[in-house]
Amino acid sequence: MSLLTRTEGAHHPAAPNRRRRGAGIAPTVAVTFMAAVACYMLLPVYWLFVSSTKSQGDLVATPGFVTAEWNLGDNLSSLFAQQDGIYLRWLLNSLLYAGAGAAVATLLAAAAGYALAKYAFRGREAVFSVVLGGVLVPATALALPLFLMFAELDATNTFWAVFLPSVVSPFGVYLSRVFAAASVPDEVMEAARLDGAGEFRIFRTMALRLMAPALVTVFLFQFVVIWNNFLLPLIMLQDERLYPVTLGLFTWQTQTSRLPELQTLTIVGALVSVVPIVLTFLLLQRHWRAGLAAGAVKS
Amino acid sequence: MTSTTASARSRPRRTLAPYAFLAPFLIPFVLFTLVPVGYAFWQSLHKTARTGGTFGKTRTVFAWLEQYGRVLGEGYLADSLLRVLGFALVQIPVMLLLALVLALLLDSAVARAKRFFRLVYFVPYGIPGVVAALMWAFLYDPRLSPVVDLLRSAGIHADLLGPDVILWSIANVVTWTYTGYNMLIIYAALQAVPADIGEAARMDGASGWTIALRVKIPIIRPALVLTGVFSIIGSFQLFTEPQVLRSISTSVTSTYTPNIAAYSLASGDSYSEAAALSVVLAVVTFVLSSAFLRFTTRSQG
Repeated sequence: MSLLTRTEGAHHPAAPNRRRRGAGIAPTVAVTFMAAVACYMLLPVYWLFVSSTKSQGDLVATPGFVTAEWNLGDNLSSLFAQQDGIYLRWLLNSLLYAGAGAAVATLLAAAAGYALAKYAFRGREAVFSVVLGGVLVPATALALPLFLMFAELDATNTFWAVFLPSVVSPFGVYLSRVFAAASVPDEVMEAARLDGAGEFRIFRTMALRLMAPALVTVFLFQFVVIWNNFLLPLIMLQDERLYPVTLGLFTWQTQTSRLPELQTLTIVGALVSVVPIVLTFLLLQRHWRAGLAAGAVKS
Repeated sequence: MTSTTASARSRPRRTLAPYAFLAPFLIPFVLFTLVPVGYAFWQSLHKTARTGGTFGKTRTVFAWLEQYGRVLGEGYLADSLLRVLGFALVQIPVMLLLALVLALLLDSAVARAKRFFRLVYFVPYGIPGVVAALMWAFLYDPRLSPVVDLLRSAGIHADLLGPDVILWSIANVVTWTYTGYNMLIIYAALQAVPADIGEAARMDGASGWTIALRVKIPIIRPALVLTGVFSIIGSFQLFTEPQVLRSISTSVTSTYTPNIAAYSLASGDSYSEAAALSVVLAVVTFVLSSAFLRFTTRSQG
Protein backbone atom coordinates (compact mmCIF):
# COMPACT_ATOMS: atom_id res chain seq x y z
CA MET A 1 0.00 0.00 0.00
CA SER A 2 2.89 2.36 0.62
CA LEU A 3 3.81 1.71 -2.97
CA LEU A 4 0.32 2.78 -4.02
CA THR A 5 0.39 6.18 -2.36
CA ARG A 6 3.71 6.88 -3.93
CA THR A 7 2.57 6.08 -7.46
CA GLU A 8 -0.99 7.30 -7.28
CA GLY A 9 -0.20 11.02 -7.67
CA ALA A 10 1.32 10.37 -11.05
CA HIS A 11 -1.72 8.54 -12.41
CA HIS A 12 -4.67 10.15 -10.79
CA PRO A 13 -5.74 13.78 -11.02
CA ALA A 14 -7.89 13.63 -7.90
CA ALA A 15 -5.08 12.28 -5.81
CA PRO A 16 -3.67 15.49 -4.27
CA ASN A 17 -6.93 16.04 -2.37
CA ARG A 18 -6.78 12.69 -0.65
CA ARG A 19 -3.07 12.98 -0.23
CA ARG A 20 -3.47 16.21 1.72
CA ARG A 21 -6.01 14.61 3.99
CA GLY A 22 -3.66 11.68 4.43
CA ALA A 23 -0.72 13.96 5.15
CA GLY A 24 -2.67 16.17 7.58
CA ILE A 25 -4.11 14.89 10.81
CA ALA A 26 -4.17 11.13 10.17
CA PRO A 27 -0.41 10.47 10.43
CA THR A 28 -0.15 12.49 13.64
CA VAL A 29 -2.98 10.54 15.24
CA ALA A 30 -1.59 7.26 13.94
CA VAL A 31 1.95 7.88 15.14
CA THR A 32 0.76 9.17 18.52
CA PHE A 33 -1.34 6.05 18.98
CA MET A 34 1.50 3.77 17.90
CA ALA A 35 3.93 5.56 20.21
CA ALA A 36 1.49 5.21 23.13
CA VAL A 37 1.22 1.46 22.53
CA ALA A 38 5.01 1.27 22.25
CA CYS A 39 5.32 2.93 25.68
CA TYR A 40 2.88 0.39 27.11
CA MET A 41 4.94 -2.45 25.66
CA LEU A 42 8.28 -1.07 26.84
CA LEU A 43 7.41 0.40 30.24
CA PRO A 44 7.54 -2.90 32.19
CA VAL A 45 10.85 -3.76 30.53
CA TYR A 46 12.21 -0.31 31.39
CA TRP A 47 11.02 -0.79 34.98
CA LEU A 48 12.72 -4.20 35.10
CA PHE A 49 16.00 -2.68 33.96
CA VAL A 50 15.83 0.30 36.35
CA SER A 51 14.92 -1.95 39.28
CA SER A 52 17.77 -4.33 38.47
CA THR A 53 20.23 -1.51 39.11
CA LYS A 54 18.91 -0.77 42.61
CA SER A 55 19.83 -2.19 45.99
CA GLN A 56 17.06 -3.86 47.97
CA GLY A 57 16.74 -0.74 50.13
CA ASP A 58 16.39 1.61 47.16
CA LEU A 59 13.99 -0.79 45.45
CA VAL A 60 11.46 -0.25 48.22
CA ALA A 61 12.32 3.35 49.09
CA THR A 62 12.76 5.11 45.70
CA PRO A 63 10.15 5.73 42.97
CA GLY A 64 9.92 2.79 40.59
CA PHE A 65 10.58 4.50 37.28
CA VAL A 66 13.48 6.65 38.54
CA THR A 67 17.03 5.39 38.83
CA ALA A 68 18.82 5.43 42.17
CA GLU A 69 22.38 4.50 43.17
CA TRP A 70 23.89 2.13 40.61
CA ASN A 71 24.02 -1.31 42.16
CA LEU A 72 23.75 -3.65 39.18
CA GLY A 73 27.22 -5.18 39.63
CA ASP A 74 26.55 -6.16 43.24
CA ASN A 75 23.12 -7.49 42.32
CA LEU A 76 24.60 -9.64 39.56
CA SER A 77 27.28 -11.11 41.79
CA SER A 78 24.78 -11.95 44.51
CA LEU A 79 22.48 -13.43 41.85
CA PHE A 80 25.15 -15.85 40.70
CA ALA A 81 26.32 -16.52 44.27
CA GLN A 82 22.87 -17.36 45.66
CA GLN A 83 22.51 -21.01 46.75
CA ASP A 84 25.93 -21.95 45.31
CA GLY A 85 25.21 -20.56 41.87
CA ILE A 86 21.93 -22.32 41.28
CA TYR A 87 20.77 -19.53 38.96
CA LEU A 88 23.41 -20.36 36.37
CA ARG A 89 22.35 -23.98 36.56
CA TRP A 90 18.73 -22.98 35.90
CA LEU A 91 19.81 -20.95 32.87
CA LEU A 92 21.80 -23.88 31.48
CA ASN A 93 18.88 -26.24 32.17
CA SER A 94 16.56 -23.96 30.21
CA LEU A 95 19.03 -23.83 27.32
CA LEU A 96 19.29 -27.62 27.36
CA TYR A 97 15.53 -28.26 27.56
CA ALA A 98 14.71 -25.67 24.91
CA GLY A 99 17.80 -25.97 22.69
CA ALA A 100 18.13 -29.74 22.52
CA GLY A 101 14.36 -30.27 22.67
CA ALA A 102 13.71 -27.88 19.80
CA ALA A 103 16.58 -29.38 17.73
CA VAL A 104 15.19 -32.92 18.07
CA ALA A 105 11.62 -31.68 17.52
CA THR A 106 12.69 -29.88 14.33
CA LEU A 107 14.40 -32.96 12.92
CA LEU A 108 11.40 -35.21 13.64
CA ALA A 109 8.98 -32.62 12.27
CA ALA A 110 11.07 -32.12 9.13
CA ALA A 111 11.08 -35.85 8.33
CA ALA A 112 7.36 -36.23 9.05
CA GLY A 113 6.38 -33.10 7.10
CA TYR A 114 8.55 -34.21 4.18
CA ALA A 115 6.89 -37.63 4.13
CA LEU A 116 3.42 -36.07 4.22
CA ALA A 117 4.26 -33.63 1.43
CA LYS A 118 6.28 -35.75 -0.99
CA TYR A 119 4.89 -39.30 -0.85
CA ALA A 120 1.50 -40.71 -1.68
CA PHE A 121 0.77 -43.53 0.73
CA ARG A 122 -2.12 -45.17 2.50
CA GLY A 123 -3.37 -43.28 5.54
CA ARG A 124 -1.65 -40.03 4.61
CA GLU A 125 -4.71 -37.82 5.06
CA ALA A 126 -5.72 -39.62 8.24
CA VAL A 127 -2.28 -39.11 9.77
CA PHE A 128 -2.27 -35.46 8.75
CA SER A 129 -5.71 -34.85 10.28
CA VAL A 130 -4.65 -36.39 13.59
CA VAL A 131 -1.47 -34.28 13.62
CA LEU A 132 -3.51 -31.13 12.89
CA GLY A 133 -5.80 -32.08 15.78
CA GLY A 134 -2.65 -32.24 17.90
CA VAL A 135 -1.92 -28.58 17.08
CA LEU A 136 -5.11 -27.66 18.93
CA VAL A 137 -4.22 -29.61 22.09
CA PRO A 138 -2.65 -27.07 24.44
CA ALA A 139 0.45 -28.01 26.43
CA THR A 140 -1.28 -27.14 29.71
CA ALA A 141 -3.98 -29.72 29.03
CA LEU A 142 -1.37 -32.46 28.58
CA ALA A 143 0.77 -31.64 31.62
CA LEU A 144 -1.43 -33.29 34.20
CA PRO A 145 -2.04 -36.58 32.32
CA LEU A 146 1.68 -36.71 31.48
CA PHE A 147 2.46 -36.38 35.16
CA LEU A 148 0.09 -39.25 35.98
CA MET A 149 1.75 -41.43 33.30
CA PHE A 150 5.28 -40.63 34.41
CA ALA A 151 4.24 -41.20 38.03
CA GLU A 152 3.07 -44.68 37.06
CA LEU A 153 6.62 -45.35 35.77
CA ASP A 154 8.25 -43.62 38.75
CA ALA A 155 9.89 -41.25 36.27
CA THR A 156 8.71 -37.87 37.55
CA ASN A 157 11.35 -35.49 38.89
CA THR A 158 13.78 -36.46 36.14
CA PHE A 159 15.29 -34.57 33.21
CA TRP A 160 13.47 -36.85 30.78
CA ALA A 161 10.04 -36.10 32.24
CA VAL A 162 10.35 -32.54 30.97
CA PHE A 163 12.52 -33.20 27.93
CA LEU A 164 10.74 -36.09 26.19
CA PRO A 165 7.25 -34.54 25.85
CA SER A 166 8.82 -31.41 24.37
CA VAL A 167 10.26 -33.14 21.28
CA VAL A 168 6.74 -33.38 19.82
CA SER A 169 5.73 -30.42 17.65
CA PRO A 170 2.60 -31.01 15.56
CA PHE A 171 2.70 -27.38 14.44
CA GLY A 172 6.26 -28.01 13.25
CA VAL A 173 5.05 -30.95 11.16
CA TYR A 174 2.36 -28.75 9.65
CA LEU A 175 4.86 -26.00 8.77
CA SER A 176 7.38 -28.55 7.45
CA ARG A 177 4.73 -30.06 5.22
CA VAL A 178 3.87 -26.65 3.74
CA PHE A 179 7.55 -25.82 3.25
CA ALA A 180 8.52 -29.22 1.82
CA ALA A 181 5.71 -29.04 -0.71
CA ALA A 182 6.91 -25.59 -1.76
CA SER A 183 10.69 -26.04 -1.76
CA VAL A 184 11.52 -29.65 -2.73
CA PRO A 185 10.77 -30.21 -6.45
CA ASP A 186 9.59 -33.68 -7.55
CA GLU A 187 11.92 -33.56 -10.59
CA VAL A 188 14.99 -33.22 -8.39
CA MET A 189 13.89 -36.24 -6.33
CA GLU A 190 13.26 -38.30 -9.50
CA ALA A 191 16.63 -37.36 -10.93
CA ALA A 192 18.36 -38.40 -7.72
CA ARG A 193 16.47 -41.73 -7.77
CA LEU A 194 17.60 -42.38 -11.33
CA ASP A 195 21.16 -41.75 -10.20
CA GLY A 196 20.64 -44.51 -7.65
CA ALA A 197 20.28 -42.44 -4.48
CA GLY A 198 18.28 -44.06 -1.69
CA GLU A 199 15.23 -42.36 -0.18
CA PHE A 200 16.98 -41.56 3.07
CA ARG A 201 19.95 -40.10 1.26
CA ILE A 202 17.69 -37.87 -0.83
CA PHE A 203 16.14 -36.56 2.35
CA ARG A 204 19.43 -36.07 4.19
CA THR A 205 21.50 -34.51 1.43
CA MET A 206 18.88 -32.60 -0.58
CA ALA A 207 15.52 -32.11 1.12
CA LEU A 208 16.95 -31.03 4.48
CA ARG A 209 19.15 -28.50 2.73
CA LEU A 210 16.32 -27.11 0.61
CA MET A 211 14.06 -26.86 3.65
CA ALA A 212 16.76 -25.34 5.89
CA PRO A 213 15.48 -21.73 6.04
CA ALA A 214 12.01 -22.98 6.96
CA LEU A 215 13.43 -25.33 9.57
CA VAL A 216 14.97 -22.36 11.37
CA THR A 217 11.41 -21.10 11.81
CA VAL A 218 10.23 -24.46 13.14
CA PHE A 219 13.16 -24.52 15.56
CA LEU A 220 12.43 -21.02 16.84
CA PHE A 221 8.75 -21.75 17.40
CA GLN A 222 9.45 -24.88 19.39
CA PHE A 223 12.29 -23.22 21.30
CA VAL A 224 9.87 -20.57 22.55
CA VAL A 225 7.17 -23.12 23.36
CA ILE A 226 9.59 -25.12 25.52
CA TRP A 227 11.24 -22.04 27.04
CA ASN A 228 7.80 -20.73 28.06
CA ASN A 229 6.42 -24.03 29.32
CA PHE A 230 5.64 -23.59 32.98
CA LEU A 231 3.01 -26.07 34.10
CA LEU A 232 4.87 -29.21 32.99
CA PRO A 233 8.12 -28.53 34.92
CA LEU A 234 6.08 -27.18 37.84
CA ILE A 235 4.18 -30.45 38.10
CA MET A 236 7.04 -32.82 37.24
CA LEU A 237 10.01 -31.47 39.15
CA GLN A 238 10.73 -31.31 42.87
CA ASP A 239 14.52 -31.18 42.64
CA GLU A 240 15.55 -27.51 42.33
CA ARG A 241 18.67 -28.48 40.40
CA LEU A 242 16.51 -29.68 37.48
CA TYR A 243 14.45 -26.48 37.25
CA PRO A 244 14.35 -24.34 34.14
CA VAL A 245 15.00 -20.67 34.86
CA THR A 246 11.32 -19.67 34.71
CA LEU A 247 10.38 -22.14 37.43
CA GLY A 248 13.37 -21.11 39.51
CA LEU A 249 12.39 -17.44 39.39
CA PHE A 250 8.83 -18.38 40.25
CA THR A 251 9.91 -20.24 43.38
CA TRP A 252 12.02 -17.28 44.45
CA GLN A 253 9.07 -14.97 43.98
CA THR A 254 6.82 -17.19 46.10
CA GLN A 255 9.34 -16.83 48.94
CA THR A 256 9.61 -13.02 48.84
CA SER A 257 7.11 -12.51 51.66
CA ARG A 258 9.45 -14.41 54.00
CA LEU A 259 12.75 -13.34 52.41
CA PRO A 260 12.36 -9.82 50.98
CA GLU A 261 15.95 -9.78 49.68
CA LEU A 262 14.86 -12.34 47.09
CA GLN A 263 12.88 -9.53 45.40
CA THR A 264 16.06 -7.99 44.01
CA LEU A 265 17.38 -11.38 42.94
CA THR A 266 14.11 -12.25 41.19
CA ILE A 267 14.17 -8.95 39.32
CA VAL A 268 17.82 -9.19 38.27
CA GLY A 269 17.34 -12.85 37.43
CA ALA A 270 14.36 -12.00 35.23
CA LEU A 271 16.39 -9.35 33.41
CA VAL A 272 19.35 -11.69 32.82
CA SER A 273 17.06 -14.46 31.54
CA VAL A 274 15.19 -12.16 29.19
CA VAL A 275 17.90 -10.09 27.50
CA PRO A 276 19.59 -12.81 25.38
CA ILE A 277 16.23 -14.22 24.25
CA VAL A 278 14.78 -10.86 23.26
CA LEU A 279 17.93 -10.01 21.32
CA THR A 280 17.93 -13.36 19.47
CA PHE A 281 14.28 -12.84 18.71
CA LEU A 282 14.66 -9.44 17.23
CA LEU A 283 17.65 -10.54 15.14
CA LEU A 284 15.77 -13.54 13.72
CA GLN A 285 12.49 -11.72 13.27
CA ARG A 286 12.15 -12.36 9.57
CA HIS A 287 12.03 -16.12 10.19
CA TRP A 288 9.02 -15.51 12.39
CA ARG A 289 7.17 -13.66 9.75
CA ALA A 290 7.89 -16.36 7.18
CA GLY A 291 6.44 -19.01 9.50
CA LEU A 292 3.47 -16.95 10.56
CA ALA A 293 2.66 -16.12 6.95
CA ALA A 294 2.60 -19.80 6.03
CA GLY A 295 0.53 -20.62 9.10
CA ALA A 296 -1.96 -17.83 8.58
CA VAL A 297 -2.50 -17.97 4.84
CA LYS A 298 -2.88 -21.71 4.51
CA SER A 299 -5.43 -22.10 7.30
CA MET B 1 18.43 -58.66 -15.39
CA THR B 2 20.23 -56.69 -12.73
CA SER B 3 18.17 -53.61 -13.59
CA THR B 4 14.83 -55.40 -13.11
CA THR B 5 15.82 -56.78 -9.73
CA ALA B 6 17.02 -53.34 -8.71
CA SER B 7 13.70 -51.70 -9.56
CA ALA B 8 11.77 -54.53 -7.97
CA ARG B 9 13.80 -54.07 -4.85
CA SER B 10 13.51 -50.28 -4.84
CA ARG B 11 9.71 -50.31 -5.25
CA PRO B 12 8.92 -51.75 -1.79
CA ARG B 13 11.67 -49.66 -0.27
CA ARG B 14 10.00 -46.58 -1.69
CA THR B 15 6.59 -47.48 -0.34
CA LEU B 16 8.10 -48.08 3.07
CA ALA B 17 10.06 -44.81 3.02
CA PRO B 18 7.22 -42.47 4.09
CA TYR B 19 6.44 -44.68 7.08
CA ALA B 20 10.10 -44.69 8.05
CA PHE B 21 10.17 -40.88 7.87
CA LEU B 22 6.96 -40.58 9.88
CA ALA B 23 7.75 -43.09 12.61
CA PRO B 24 10.31 -41.03 14.58
CA PHE B 25 7.71 -38.30 14.94
CA LEU B 26 4.64 -40.47 15.33
CA ILE B 27 6.01 -42.64 18.13
CA PRO B 28 6.62 -39.75 20.59
CA PHE B 29 3.48 -38.01 19.27
CA VAL B 30 1.36 -41.02 20.18
CA LEU B 31 3.17 -41.55 23.50
CA PHE B 32 3.15 -37.94 24.71
CA THR B 33 0.02 -36.49 23.10
CA LEU B 34 -2.54 -39.18 22.25
CA VAL B 35 -1.84 -41.60 25.09
CA PRO B 36 -2.03 -38.85 27.79
CA VAL B 37 -5.43 -37.81 26.45
CA GLY B 38 -6.64 -41.42 26.60
CA TYR B 39 -4.97 -41.97 29.96
CA ALA B 40 -6.65 -38.91 31.46
CA PHE B 41 -10.00 -40.28 30.31
CA TRP B 42 -9.28 -43.73 31.72
CA GLN B 43 -8.08 -42.28 35.01
CA SER B 44 -11.20 -40.11 35.25
CA LEU B 45 -13.34 -43.26 35.36
CA HIS B 46 -11.58 -44.52 38.50
CA LYS B 47 -11.33 -43.66 42.13
CA THR B 48 -8.92 -44.35 44.92
CA ALA B 49 -10.13 -46.83 47.50
CA ARG B 50 -8.41 -47.86 50.68
CA THR B 51 -8.37 -51.36 52.01
CA GLY B 52 -8.54 -51.92 55.72
CA GLY B 53 -9.20 -48.49 57.16
CA THR B 54 -7.34 -45.18 57.03
CA PHE B 55 -3.85 -46.69 57.08
CA GLY B 56 -4.53 -49.50 54.66
CA LYS B 57 -3.13 -49.74 51.17
CA THR B 58 -4.66 -47.59 48.49
CA ARG B 59 -5.70 -48.98 45.14
CA THR B 60 -7.64 -47.60 42.22
CA VAL B 61 -10.99 -49.12 41.41
CA PHE B 62 -13.31 -48.55 38.50
CA ALA B 63 -15.95 -45.98 39.37
CA TRP B 64 -17.83 -45.26 36.16
CA LEU B 65 -18.81 -41.61 36.09
CA GLU B 66 -18.53 -40.97 39.82
CA GLN B 67 -15.70 -38.41 39.43
CA TYR B 68 -17.70 -36.50 36.83
CA GLY B 69 -20.63 -36.38 39.20
CA ARG B 70 -18.33 -35.04 41.86
CA VAL B 71 -16.73 -32.42 39.58
CA LEU B 72 -20.04 -31.26 38.15
CA GLY B 73 -21.63 -31.25 41.60
CA GLU B 74 -19.09 -28.84 43.08
CA GLY B 75 -19.71 -25.12 42.68
CA TYR B 76 -16.10 -24.33 41.73
CA LEU B 77 -16.36 -25.78 38.22
CA ALA B 78 -19.18 -23.48 37.13
CA ASP B 79 -17.55 -20.53 38.93
CA SER B 80 -14.15 -20.99 37.33
CA LEU B 81 -15.61 -21.71 33.87
CA LEU B 82 -17.79 -18.59 34.05
CA ARG B 83 -14.78 -16.59 35.18
CA VAL B 84 -12.63 -17.59 32.20
CA LEU B 85 -15.64 -17.14 29.91
CA GLY B 86 -16.07 -13.55 31.13
CA PHE B 87 -12.33 -13.09 30.78
CA ALA B 88 -12.44 -14.37 27.18
CA LEU B 89 -15.43 -12.22 26.21
CA VAL B 90 -13.63 -9.03 27.24
CA GLN B 91 -9.94 -9.74 26.82
CA ILE B 92 -9.97 -11.44 23.39
CA PRO B 93 -11.89 -8.67 21.53
CA VAL B 94 -9.73 -5.97 23.16
CA MET B 95 -6.49 -7.74 22.32
CA LEU B 96 -7.42 -8.75 18.78
CA LEU B 97 -8.85 -5.31 17.96
CA LEU B 98 -5.63 -3.71 19.19
CA ALA B 99 -3.56 -6.22 17.21
CA LEU B 100 -5.66 -5.62 14.08
CA VAL B 101 -5.42 -1.82 14.30
CA LEU B 102 -1.67 -1.97 14.83
CA ALA B 103 -1.23 -4.39 11.92
CA LEU B 104 -3.35 -2.21 9.61
CA LEU B 105 -1.37 0.88 10.63
CA LEU B 106 1.94 -0.90 10.04
CA ASP B 107 0.63 -2.02 6.66
CA SER B 108 -0.63 1.45 5.69
CA ALA B 109 1.15 4.46 4.29
CA VAL B 110 0.09 6.62 7.24
CA ALA B 111 2.50 5.22 9.79
CA ARG B 112 6.11 6.24 10.27
CA ALA B 113 9.12 4.33 11.67
CA LYS B 114 7.39 1.02 10.95
CA ARG B 115 10.44 -1.16 11.45
CA PHE B 116 11.02 0.30 14.90
CA PHE B 117 7.41 -0.11 15.99
CA ARG B 118 7.20 -3.65 14.66
CA LEU B 119 10.26 -4.61 16.71
CA VAL B 120 8.93 -2.91 19.86
CA TYR B 121 5.53 -4.61 19.65
CA PHE B 122 7.22 -7.97 19.31
CA VAL B 123 9.42 -7.56 22.42
CA PRO B 124 6.85 -8.88 24.96
CA TYR B 125 6.44 -12.16 23.04
CA GLY B 126 10.15 -12.82 23.60
CA ILE B 127 9.53 -12.69 27.34
CA PRO B 128 8.31 -15.97 28.87
CA GLY B 129 4.80 -15.85 30.35
CA VAL B 130 6.14 -16.51 33.83
CA VAL B 131 8.62 -13.65 33.67
CA ALA B 132 5.98 -11.31 32.19
CA ALA B 133 3.63 -12.22 35.02
CA LEU B 134 6.44 -11.74 37.58
CA MET B 135 7.18 -8.28 36.19
CA TRP B 136 3.57 -7.20 36.30
CA ALA B 137 3.17 -8.75 39.75
CA PHE B 138 5.84 -6.37 41.01
CA LEU B 139 4.12 -3.50 39.18
CA TYR B 140 0.82 -4.38 40.90
CA ASP B 141 2.35 -5.04 44.32
CA PRO B 142 1.45 -2.12 46.62
CA ARG B 143 4.79 -2.50 48.43
CA LEU B 144 6.77 -1.68 45.27
CA SER B 145 4.45 -0.57 42.52
CA PRO B 146 5.18 2.73 40.80
CA VAL B 147 1.81 2.34 39.06
CA VAL B 148 -0.09 2.28 42.37
CA ASP B 149 2.01 5.28 43.53
CA LEU B 150 1.13 7.24 40.40
CA LEU B 151 -2.55 6.42 40.77
CA ARG B 152 -2.44 7.45 44.43
CA SER B 153 -0.86 10.80 43.58
CA ALA B 154 -3.74 11.25 41.11
CA GLY B 155 -6.16 10.60 43.97
CA ILE B 156 -7.13 7.09 42.93
CA HIS B 157 -6.72 4.38 45.52
CA ALA B 158 -6.70 1.28 43.40
CA ASP B 159 -6.06 -2.17 44.76
CA LEU B 160 -4.89 -3.91 41.60
CA LEU B 161 -4.75 -7.22 43.45
CA GLY B 162 -8.21 -6.96 45.04
CA PRO B 163 -10.94 -9.49 44.30
CA ASP B 164 -12.88 -7.14 41.98
CA VAL B 165 -9.94 -5.99 39.90
CA ILE B 166 -7.53 -8.90 39.75
CA LEU B 167 -9.17 -10.64 36.79
CA TRP B 168 -8.57 -7.50 34.72
CA SER B 169 -5.06 -7.17 36.09
CA ILE B 170 -4.51 -10.69 34.72
CA ALA B 171 -6.19 -9.68 31.44
CA ASN B 172 -3.70 -6.83 31.17
CA VAL B 173 -0.74 -9.21 31.53
CA VAL B 174 -2.15 -11.53 28.85
CA THR B 175 -2.91 -8.62 26.51
CA TRP B 176 0.56 -7.21 27.02
CA THR B 177 2.21 -10.56 26.29
CA TYR B 178 0.23 -11.68 23.22
CA THR B 179 -0.89 -8.55 21.34
CA GLY B 180 2.38 -8.33 19.42
CA TYR B 181 2.29 -12.00 18.47
CA ASN B 182 -1.27 -11.74 17.14
CA MET B 183 -0.37 -8.50 15.38
CA LEU B 184 2.42 -10.31 13.57
CA ILE B 185 0.10 -13.09 12.36
CA ILE B 186 -2.37 -10.51 11.05
CA TYR B 187 0.41 -8.38 9.60
CA ALA B 188 1.88 -11.38 7.76
CA ALA B 189 -1.55 -12.05 6.23
CA LEU B 190 -1.92 -8.38 5.23
CA GLN B 191 1.43 -8.51 3.47
CA ALA B 192 0.10 -11.35 1.35
CA VAL B 193 -2.88 -9.29 0.11
CA PRO B 194 -2.15 -8.51 -3.54
CA ALA B 195 -1.35 -4.81 -3.95
CA ASP B 196 -3.54 -4.36 -7.05
CA ILE B 197 -6.72 -5.18 -5.10
CA GLY B 198 -6.17 -2.18 -2.86
CA GLU B 199 -5.21 -0.09 -5.86
CA ALA B 200 -8.44 -0.95 -7.69
CA ALA B 201 -10.48 0.14 -4.65
CA ARG B 202 -8.47 3.33 -4.38
CA MET B 203 -9.09 4.10 -8.06
CA ASP B 204 -12.80 3.82 -7.31
CA GLY B 205 -12.35 6.54 -4.70
CA ALA B 206 -12.32 4.44 -1.54
CA SER B 207 -10.56 5.96 1.49
CA GLY B 208 -7.87 4.20 3.49
CA TRP B 209 -10.31 3.10 6.19
CA THR B 210 -12.88 1.88 3.67
CA ILE B 211 -10.19 -0.19 1.97
CA ALA B 212 -9.14 -1.61 5.32
CA LEU B 213 -12.70 -2.48 6.39
CA ARG B 214 -14.20 -3.61 3.10
CA VAL B 215 -11.25 -5.06 1.21
CA LYS B 216 -8.40 -6.06 3.50
CA ILE B 217 -10.24 -7.42 6.53
CA PRO B 218 -12.41 -9.84 4.50
CA ILE B 219 -9.29 -11.14 2.74
CA ILE B 220 -7.33 -11.72 5.95
CA ARG B 221 -10.34 -13.34 7.65
CA PRO B 222 -8.63 -16.76 7.95
CA ALA B 223 -5.80 -15.18 9.93
CA LEU B 224 -8.29 -13.43 12.23
CA VAL B 225 -10.19 -16.69 12.77
CA LEU B 226 -6.88 -18.44 13.57
CA THR B 227 -5.93 -15.84 16.19
CA GLY B 228 -9.47 -16.09 17.61
CA VAL B 229 -9.33 -19.87 17.98
CA PHE B 230 -5.89 -19.81 19.62
CA SER B 231 -7.03 -17.04 21.97
CA ILE B 232 -10.14 -18.96 23.03
CA ILE B 233 -8.07 -22.06 23.77
CA GLY B 234 -5.54 -19.93 25.66
CA SER B 235 -8.22 -18.25 27.79
CA PHE B 236 -9.79 -21.50 28.91
CA GLN B 237 -6.34 -22.91 29.71
CA LEU B 238 -5.45 -19.81 31.74
CA PHE B 239 -2.91 -20.87 34.36
CA THR B 240 0.50 -19.20 34.45
CA GLU B 241 -0.51 -15.59 35.07
CA PRO B 242 -3.02 -16.21 37.88
CA GLN B 243 -0.70 -18.81 39.42
CA VAL B 244 2.14 -16.27 39.61
CA LEU B 245 -0.16 -13.57 41.03
CA ARG B 246 -1.44 -16.08 43.59
CA SER B 247 1.76 -15.77 45.59
CA ILE B 248 1.15 -12.06 46.26
CA SER B 249 -2.65 -11.91 46.22
CA THR B 250 -5.20 -13.81 48.23
CA SER B 251 -7.86 -12.94 45.63
CA VAL B 252 -6.66 -15.79 43.41
CA THR B 253 -8.19 -18.83 45.06
CA SER B 254 -7.15 -22.46 44.61
CA THR B 255 -10.04 -22.91 42.16
CA TYR B 256 -9.73 -19.55 40.40
CA THR B 257 -9.48 -21.00 36.88
CA PRO B 258 -10.29 -24.57 35.78
CA ASN B 259 -6.59 -25.35 35.30
CA ILE B 260 -5.63 -23.99 38.72
CA ALA B 261 -8.41 -26.12 40.20
CA ALA B 262 -7.07 -29.21 38.41
CA TYR B 263 -3.55 -28.40 39.62
CA SER B 264 -4.79 -27.97 43.19
CA LEU B 265 -6.67 -31.28 43.04
CA ALA B 266 -3.61 -33.06 41.69
CA SER B 267 -1.34 -31.62 44.37
CA GLY B 268 -3.89 -32.90 46.90
CA ASP B 269 -3.49 -36.38 45.38
CA SER B 270 -7.06 -36.35 43.97
CA TYR B 271 -5.74 -37.53 40.62
CA SER B 272 -8.98 -39.03 39.33
CA GLU B 273 -11.00 -35.93 40.08
CA ALA B 274 -8.28 -33.77 38.51
CA ALA B 275 -8.38 -36.00 35.42
CA ALA B 276 -12.18 -35.73 35.21
CA LEU B 277 -11.90 -31.95 35.47
CA SER B 278 -9.27 -31.92 32.69
CA VAL B 279 -11.55 -33.95 30.45
CA VAL B 280 -14.52 -31.63 31.12
CA LEU B 281 -12.31 -28.61 30.40
CA ALA B 282 -11.02 -30.16 27.16
CA VAL B 283 -14.58 -30.88 26.00
CA VAL B 284 -15.77 -27.35 26.84
CA THR B 285 -12.78 -25.81 25.06
CA PHE B 286 -13.28 -28.01 22.02
CA VAL B 287 -17.00 -27.28 21.79
CA LEU B 288 -16.50 -23.53 22.12
CA SER B 289 -13.64 -23.27 19.62
CA SER B 290 -15.55 -25.44 17.12
CA ALA B 291 -18.64 -23.28 17.60
CA PHE B 292 -16.52 -20.19 17.00
CA LEU B 293 -15.05 -21.75 13.85
CA ARG B 294 -18.47 -22.79 12.54
CA PHE B 295 -19.95 -19.38 13.32
CA THR B 296 -17.14 -17.39 11.69
CA THR B 297 -16.95 -19.56 8.58
CA ARG B 298 -20.72 -19.78 8.04
CA SER B 299 -21.42 -16.05 8.32
CA GLN B 300 -18.80 -15.58 5.62
CA GLY B 301 -20.92 -17.30 2.95
